[in-house]
Amino acid sequence: MDLLTELAILVLAAFVGFEVISKVPNTLHTPLMSATNAIHGIVLLGAILVIGTADGFLNDLLLVIAIAFGTINVVGGFLVTDRMLGMFKAKPAPAASAGEPEAERGAPGEASGPGRDRKLGGAG
Amino acid sequence: MSRADFVNVLYIAGFALFIVGLRMVRGPRTAVRGNQVAAVGMAIALVGTLIDDRIGDWALIVVGVAIGTAIGVPSARSVKMTAMPQMVALFNGVGGGAVALISLVEFRDADDIPLESLIPIVFAAIVGSISFWGSNVAFSKLQELRWAKRRFPRFTVPNLVLAAVVLALAVIVVAGADAEIMFWLLLIAAGVLGVTAVLPIGGADMPVVISTLNALTGLSAAAAGIALDNTALIVAGMLVGASGSILTKQMADAMNRSVASVFFGGFGAGPAAAAAAGDDGVDRTVRSTSAADVAIQLSYARLVVVVPGYGMAVAQAQRAVADLAAALEQRDVEVLYAIHPVAGRMPGHMNVLLAEADVPYDKLREMDDINGEFARTDVALVIGANDVTNPAARTVADSPIYGMPILDVDKAGSVVVLKRSMASGFAGIDNPLFYDQKTTMLFGDAKASVSEVTGEVQAL
Repeated sequence: MDLLTELAILVLAAFVGFEVISKVPNTLHTPLMSATNAIHGIVLLGAILVIGTADGFLNDLLLVIAIAFGTINVVGGFLVTDRMLGMFKAKPAPAASAGEPEAERGAPGEASGPGRDRKLGGAG
Repeated sequence: MSRADFVNVLYIAGFALFIVGLRMVRGPRTAVRGNQVAAVGMAIALVGTLIDDRIGDWALIVVGVAIGTAIGVPSARSVKMTAMPQMVALFNGVGGGAVALISLVEFRDADDIPLESLIPIVFAAIVGSISFWGSNVAFSKLQELRWAKRRFPRFTVPNLVLAAVVLALAVIVVAGADAEIMFWLLLIAAGVLGVTAVLPIGGADMPVVISTLNALTGLSAAAAGIALDNTALIVAGMLVGASGSILTKQMADAMNRSVASVFFGGFGAGPAAAAAAGDDGVDRTVRSTSAADVAIQLSYARLVVVVPGYGMAVAQAQRAVADLAAALEQRDVEVLYAIHPVAGRMPGHMNVLLAEADVPYDKLREMDDINGEFARTDVALVIGANDVTNPAARTVADSPIYGMPILDVDKAGSVVVLKRSMASGFAGIDNPLFYDQKTTMLFGDAKASVSEVTGEVQAL
């Protein structure tokens, strides 16, 4: 693929990245950072591709480390994010309908009143 | 369709799912699903890579993935909620490390690399190395490893010199010096820069640092993608680079800090901290109290606002706190929780812990919502929070945290502070709140103290 096409993709991806994170409630800053963190674990693919063409002991060693690093980044990243988001998992029993409608500051749609009608809680 | 085309179709499916997933993580209702969607995207992209016909050395791939899984899965599963921040730092660091290693091998393996590959390789090496070493320092600081606990001065001038060295080495490598030693030096110099840039930064600012390093790792992955002609890496890397930058800014805004001031000023071990601690002219006596007294104060209040902080997280006191709140609610005391955006070590830290203890979400109030309520609050119960309640942020112009929005705890009728000892908070600044006339201190482990108070409340 030629360089200009790649640069075009790069620029478009940058704008998508800016757009995707517009207004995020403070509560979700950390999980969102953790999710993006898992996504850059995509470097694992890079390491796997390069090891096919590289030769020499040192190169192979470096790439095995890189693959291990990338794997840690991917699986660890997604798992940790999932655990952080535990608080937003629906509880099995939707019995408790506590909570007066709270006035969330100008956060429209899905972001308003997170889990307003149910008690939120992670696995105990 | 050729095999290569099919691989690219899988890549497109993969990064489309990343974008959809990230969008979903933005909203509390869809966040869990969003993370899973992104993970599926990653799996699809991985399959795409594995069927690529350039793939070889299966044994080595399996070994690497096995090692990574053996380390990554247990540590992600077993990490305590309080240690999440440093875990994210660590996972981010290894991502950067992988990028640096890939660029090193790319450089070693090929001679006569065209400029359009060489420049991204060099960029990926520098940024990956900074991210790896910087993240490890961030981890060490948050983990409070002994070597990182010391106070470090700002190395602003040495850092600028170091940055110039890195740049010079980069130019030498790009200009065609095929000497491998130069590339190693480049990696080392960038790594040192990563260490010295993060080392002096205080814990309160660590979220911003980790988010910055996260964005940097994304950028380095995108650069590696250009060098490898791989669209999945380019899109995913740039997506993280861009969204990570916005997120960094939002986090810094929530703390009323600029990203530049995090890295180049403030919060150090400067003389400002000492000045703020010493000459503010407050009466410097603290009054300590007993669990029984606190129980009475709380039981006859109408509104109690709990202000949790890192101390609650360390003591794992969230359940005890929820029990105390339940006991108080039985006596018709209203209990709310005031959540400072950076209470604990990360935004959202307190929400996670309290949700774990089944505290209803509608009882948690963000700073802007609760600050108006403190005037009608009878007792503010501060549990292991320090810097986020420090009135010096409002009044003492030369305090390192001056200007940071705080919880107006001092406006409450009375304040009870649960604290292990009189040690200062992570930012290392003394807190005039503790010397306030209406403040009493209950010293001891937060969990034990809270349980004791609960016992006294129930006995009343």
